[in-house]
Amino acid sequence: MSSAEEKKKESIDEKGTEGRKPQTITAVTVDPEHLARLKADKKKFHRKRRIKDWAMFTGYLTPSLVGVMLFFFLPLLLILKTSFQRSSTNSDFVGFVNYERVLTNESFINAAKNSMAFSGIAVPLSVLLALLLAILLNTKLPGKSIFRSILLNPMMVPVASVVLIWQVCFSYNGLANGWGFYQLFEPDRIDWLKSDHSQFVILLLFLWKNLGYNMVLFLAALNSIDEEILEAATMDGAGSLRRFFSIKMYFLAPTLFFVAIMSLINSFKIFREVYLLTGDHPYAKLYMLQHFMNNQFTNLDYSKLSAGAIIMCLFMIVIVGVLFFAEAKFDADVEG
Amino acid sequence: MSTKTEQQRRDEASQARRKVQTRVERDLSFFEKMDDTAKEEFFKQEKAKSLKVRRARKIKRRITIAIGLIIAASVSILAIIPVFFTFLNSFMSSAEIAHNYGIIFQSLSGHAEQGATYLAKSPTITLVPQKVTIEQYLNLLFMSPTYLLKFWNSIILVVPIVIGQMGVSCLAAYSFARYRRKRREVLFFSYIILMLMPFQVTLVPNYMISESLGILNTRWAIILPGIFSTFAIFLLTKYMRQIPIAYIEAAKLDGATEWQIFTKIAVPLCKNAVFALSILLFIDYWNMVEQPLVLLTNADKQPMSVFLSQINEAEIGIAFAASALYMIPPLLIFLWGEEYLVEGISRSGVK
Repeated sequence: MSSAEEKKKESIDEKGTEGRKPQTITAVTVDPEHLARLKADKKKFHRKRRIKDWAMFTGYLTPSLVGVMLFFFLPLLLILKTSFQRSSTNSDFVGFVNYERVLTNESFINAAKNSMAFSGIAVPLSVLLALLLAILLNTKLPGKSIFRSILLNPMMVPVASVVLIWQVCFSYNGLANGWGFYQLFEPDRIDWLKSDHSQFVILLLFLWKNLGYNMVLFLAALNSIDEEILEAATMDGAGSLRRFFSIKMYFLAPTLFFVAIMSLINSFKIFREVYLLTGDHPYAKLYMLQHFMNNQFTNLDYSKLSAGAIIMCLFMIVIVGVLFFAEAKFDADVEG
Repeated sequence: MSTKTEQQRRDEASQARRKVQTRVERDLSFFEKMDDTAKEEFFKQEKAKSLKVRRARKIKRRITIAIGLIIAASVSILAIIPVFFTFLNSFMSSAEIAHNYGIIFQSLSGHAEQGATYLAKSPTITLVPQKVTIEQYLNLLFMSPTYLLKFWNSIILVVPIVIGQMGVSCLAAYSFARYRRKRREVLFFSYIILMLMPFQVTLVPNYMISESLGILNTRWAIILPGIFSTFAIFLLTKYMRQIPIAYIEAAKLDGATEWQIFTKIAVPLCKNAVFALSILLFIDYWNMVEQPLVLLTNADKQPMSVFLSQINEAEIGIAFAASALYMIPPLLIFLWGEEYLVEGISRSGVK
């Protein structure tokens, strides 16, 4: 008897079939040809199933894939091509001329500077303030859920509806001047939206709108931290600050990245607010990248427009890539 | 020998084994040293001490809670006041609005730069209307059909986008969640990148393709890219991947087809996410400014969001009512679906 058969017998015995007379199992001689055929059948069956699976799930994906290809990926390739052409109708290859034209364009440089300055201030500030608010609402505060609702509320309010209020506050004869807030910056009254402090006004609107969203993200992360770990730390004599920086921050890190990315994306959308407040041609400090793009649309200079879009696309990919990479690296560190 | 109990025998044996010869007397403990009166005295003292500590802690906690409440309340008031303000003002009469805010909009609409009215005046802000009227709303609803048209424009753009995108996204998310091969994951990642792209990038391709399809300046130029936007797919896929595989296998054993698994298991289990995403999409597209500006240059077809910013001096009488009316649908949706929204946002950030 081969060892395999012995094993089988043993296993039968173990199952408590002692009463039965032991069965002898004789080895089956298999026709190798038959075996090969069986194997081939199995392979065929698997391949068939794999193809069937692929077809089915691709079927589910098809509507989206077709749409995305048609409206996003394909035209992106198209504008990549256009960005190297003399114009959208004249398809002479001109190399990087269009890129040069965009990058040396004064209003593009100004717009890029403004957008970056805004994001550079708005993103860290909104992350930090939202984190503080989340920590505040994560304590044993009565009526937490009411505060959460109220803070989340601005997210749902269309910007177009509150633009009026902002104008009431920050125009030359507005409330902020009436109450003397201009003294914080300058001795004289300021026409806020047409001054160097205009970014401050926009920042306020941005924070008003986005803090609630970020706060909810942080709250979720804080709530998902295991109480036992915190309790153990308290037992070991960790104070609340120490608990926060050594434990909570550690668990918050992935959310921190996510919030940072979302805030960055939202900070690029600030054009909406600026446009609603000041229109097509705002004060130089408020001239954002989207203004540049919109004004290019009216000029119908497609090759320049394409080059601009490609530059921004690459820029975004780099930023997102860096953030993802940083997160992956951090995760690797965490897991040891 | 038989008189010895088992326990004694064991003790002896173990002591013999350990060669333990003596028993050491244990020291009297702190409490055992005290007699009853001393004990009582001691306990009294301790109780008083702990009471003091507890009271101090209670006061401290109350103070921190009070400070926290004050901060939270003030931030909340700041957050809610613009909404409140708009609603209150919408019940003022046109004359009152013009009286209160006239100077503001004079300085805003360019007159100020010509020097004529560049006088420092302070506006008179009254939170509560002198006389509550619905004059503005009546004007808005019956006297100016353009507003109603814009309102309708907003609805006709947003509703198809939300419904369409949810449908397409559910299908795609199910596919991404169930079929995980390397190339599919690459595609999924490119979807995420696309989701993260700002309008500055995606509008140009949209414009190009709308132009070549001949749908520029029609509503389809906004609706179609909206439907195929990848925003919802990302979150839905995350949700669907959390469905236990056992559910699906059980359904398969019971003879369910893939389509049945999708409609009877996957979608119902993701109901909350679908609601949350619908709310997020609704507010995002209700708010849209960039797409209509570029893709829908025909002013008659532009939604309310673009139009509200173009309100001029003569119309500020009804501007507040228009603003208030415009924020009512999202606010109602918020009141109805806040739980879904919070859950949806929360789940999107936590891994």
